[in-house]
Amino acid sequence: MRDTGFSARATVLQRCAMLVTIGLMLGGCGNIEPWVKPYERQAFADPIMALDANPVSSAYIDHVYEARESARGAVGSSGGGCGCN
Amino acid sequence: MQSRISLGTTSWLAMLLAAMALLPALAPAGTLPEDRADLLYHRYEGGGVTIQGPSVLVRKTMAEKYSVSANYYVDMISSASIDVRVSGASRYSEQRNQYNLGFDYLRGKTTYSLGYTDSSENDYKAGTFSFNIAQDLFGDLTTLNMGFSKGSDTVRKRNDPGFEAGIDRWSYRVGLTQILTKRLLMGANLEVITDQGYLNNPYRSFRYLDPEDPTGSSYRLATEIYPRTRTSNAISLSARYFLPYRAALHGSYRFFTDTWGIGAHTIEVGYVHPWKSTPWTFEASMRFYRQSHADFYADLFATRDFQNFMGRDKELSTFTNKSLHVGASYAFANSGWRFIKRGTVNLFYDRLMFDYDDFRDASNRGLVAGTEPLYSFGANVFQCFVSIWF
Repeated sequence: MRDTGFSARATVLQRCAMLVTIGLMLGGCGNIEPWVKPYERQAFADPIMALDANPVSSAYIDHVYEARESARGAVGSSGGGCGCN
Repeated sequence: MQSRISLGTTSWLAMLLAAMALLPALAPAGTLPEDRADLLYHRYEGGGVTIQGPSVLVRKTMAEKYSVSANYYVDMISSASIDVRVSGASRYSEQRNQYNLGFDYLRGKTTYSLGYTDSSENDYKAGTFSFNIAQDLFGDLTTLNMGFSKGSDTVRKRNDPGFEAGIDRWSYRVGLTQILTKRLLMGANLEVITDQGYLNNPYRSFRYLDPEDPTGSSYRLATEIYPRTRTSNAISLSARYFLPYRAALHGSYRFFTDTWGIGAHTIEVGYVHPWKSTPWTFEASMRFYRQSHADFYADLFATRDFQNFMGRDKELSTFTNKSLHVGASYAFANSGWRFIKRGTVNLFYDRLMFDYDDFRDASNRGLVAGTEPLYSFGANVFQCFVSIWF
């Protein structure tokens, strides 16, 4: 049992260390020159390009599917679910 | 099993906390969602079930760095679905009320979000806490999202006051949104969800061949037995493209697997087109969904104790759902009116068509068990809503 606890902590530490490393690497990438300049992004300001233009409607339709299909998750909205069957 | 799950939770939490500490150092970001109010009426009709009700959302920014949102959602259900008919029960009506409160805090290019959702029916209660972080990176071309939810459900049974069971749910999400070109936006999402507890529907039965019928043509019913844990993985890719004229194409694909042996693919493509210089915008999309059945699913088991887990929920069977969506939106008050910046009135319609490969329509008991026609049904989904931005 003690061994399991130790390896569990080790795994957590390893994952944290990995994340810190990735974070530092990403931090180093902070100076990447944006290849699409802010003034070239007018298309993304158009409401038709919004990823979730109607959050009330998309939450509803996600629920319609989730109640009738086994697949769930990764639909892109903030998620959380309602736990309703 | 329990210790594995709690270890997973601890390590994921630790990762999230570490990520939280790191993110603000990465880059400056972010914008809060716009202030808006939505009032929606929804209606679903299909397979002997009618569900309708309102949904109201209000979102407001405060001090330019906080945003609060509240959503109230109702499902009024009237059901005589095939599950109900096969089990011999009569049509029933019930209501589900759902409240959601959200709080967002923007700091630099990082948005921290907290949420709580409460859902209640007369025989089912669910509460879910969620936490999300969104971070804009690389000159705001990239947005990284991470989230965690913890849910706790209480399952009860009508006409059995002594019955009460619980479910614990954990969800872990990571997502990336990337501006690739001046016109193309792509997204990737990964979500792992684990449930533990009473995952059956207490009203649903599986069916098995009647051992006292030597002809083998009739069946009996018994309460389903499900595993007490389920872990699922879903990964999705999506894209949205601004066409050379003012219109958008979008598409997505999701791959899903779980520890019950279910695998699923979801593909969706759509098109949004503002009509010339009128206030009208039209949209249409198609969605295709296909899943394989759970390991413990069968339409008809040979005996009552055929295996340790037995289920006959059509949601666990092999099936296809093809759907078509059309919508029209009308924009008003585009140059503002009193406290309103702009608004839209929207009418959406979805047609769903479910075709089951190994779930039979057992509602006609005159047929030999296992030879009934395969089940299929269509559903109509209507949404009518008004949105205002202020």
